[in-house]
Amino acid sequence: MASSQQQQVQSMLKLDTKQSKRSTLLLEQPVTRQRRDKVSLSAFAFLFAEMIRYTQNRVLGIQDLETKLNELGQRVGVRVFELTMSREKTVRRETRVLQMLVYINSVVWRALFDKPADSLERSTENEDEYMITDNEPDILKYISVPKEMASFSPGAFISGIVESISVCCQCPARVTSHVVPAEGMPVRTVILLKFDKDVMEREKRLEAGKSK
Amino acid sequence: MIHSVFIINRSGGLIYNKNYNTHIAQLSSNEALIFAGTFHGIHALASRIAPTAKATGTKDTGIQTIDTKNFRLHCFQTPTGIKFIAATDLLHTRLTEALTRIYELYCDYALKSPFYNLEMPVRSDMFDAKLLQLVQQD
Repeated sequence: MASSQQQQVQSMLKLDTKQSKRSTLLLEQPVTRQRRDKVSLSAFAFLFAEMIRYTQNRVLGIQDLETKLNELGQRVGVRVFELTMSREKTVRRETRVLQMLVYINSVVWRALFDKPADSLERSTENEDEYMITDNEPDILKYISVPKEMASFSPGAFISGIVESISVCCQCPARVTSHVVPAEGMPVRTVILLKFDKDVMEREKRLEAGKSK
Repeated sequence: MIHSVFIINRSGGLIYNKNYNTHIAQLSSNEALIFAGTFHGIHALASRIAPTAKATGTKDTGIQTIDTKNFRLHCFQTPTGIKFIAATDLLHTRLTEALTRIYELYCDYALKSPFYNLEMPVRSDMFDAKLLQLVQQD
């Protein structure tokens, strides 16, 4: 009696899993699968919009909002770093500033947004500032910031991802995002990394040691 | 060419109003609101008194075009009750694809923006820019 009931339940469960086959197997698939799976941009856009609305209800200002989004991005960044490192099968983690920036520019951006970042520049005024530019970040292109919050940049989420990766690579930095519209690119976002003083000193020492 | 575009929410309030032809008389904002409410009313009336609906049992789609001597008014109602209205010259007989594209732009730049509250007026620069592009293309 019990076994036939069990069989019935099991067959019902089997029917269930068959319909949601993809979702149950997604967590069981190997990490290093060959085919790159893509998420619908619309689905993520709705989720991201809800994330921003959720944090807006819990903060008291634009700076706070950007900090909270930054924290959310940091949680993503740690996982993205581990995943990309294991998928790329790279032997060593980058600990030098320039190599880390190139890694973020190419590997991380391609893993997240399916395209490399558009440019990597070093600031001319301050030696410890670097800028990663994305001409049209897909996840931000549907967001229209109202005029009373003009200084808010939803790219704070992306800057959180970059900040946690920089911490993982032992080059901690303060990362902020700014919207710098240019010709034909109204949502051009610049991620500004300001490295800590000890990181820059360490870089100077390593450069001096190498050239010697 | 498309003279103007209106978007009416499901309760009959005007949430978007844009004029693209500067050579014709402009509607004041008050007049536009009255127009939206009136149109919402007659659209509801039309879908209810349609003779075919009672016969087949399905609900009528409501007003699709209104013709006058100088222009034509097109209406596209989404399954969620939002109406997209465009006033064009008499050359356009059916504007369904353009209105569907406007619906897609609304879904993209209004609904996916965290700063947009539903049923409120649409205030999005990206939406305005993309809509202008679409109207100029036609």
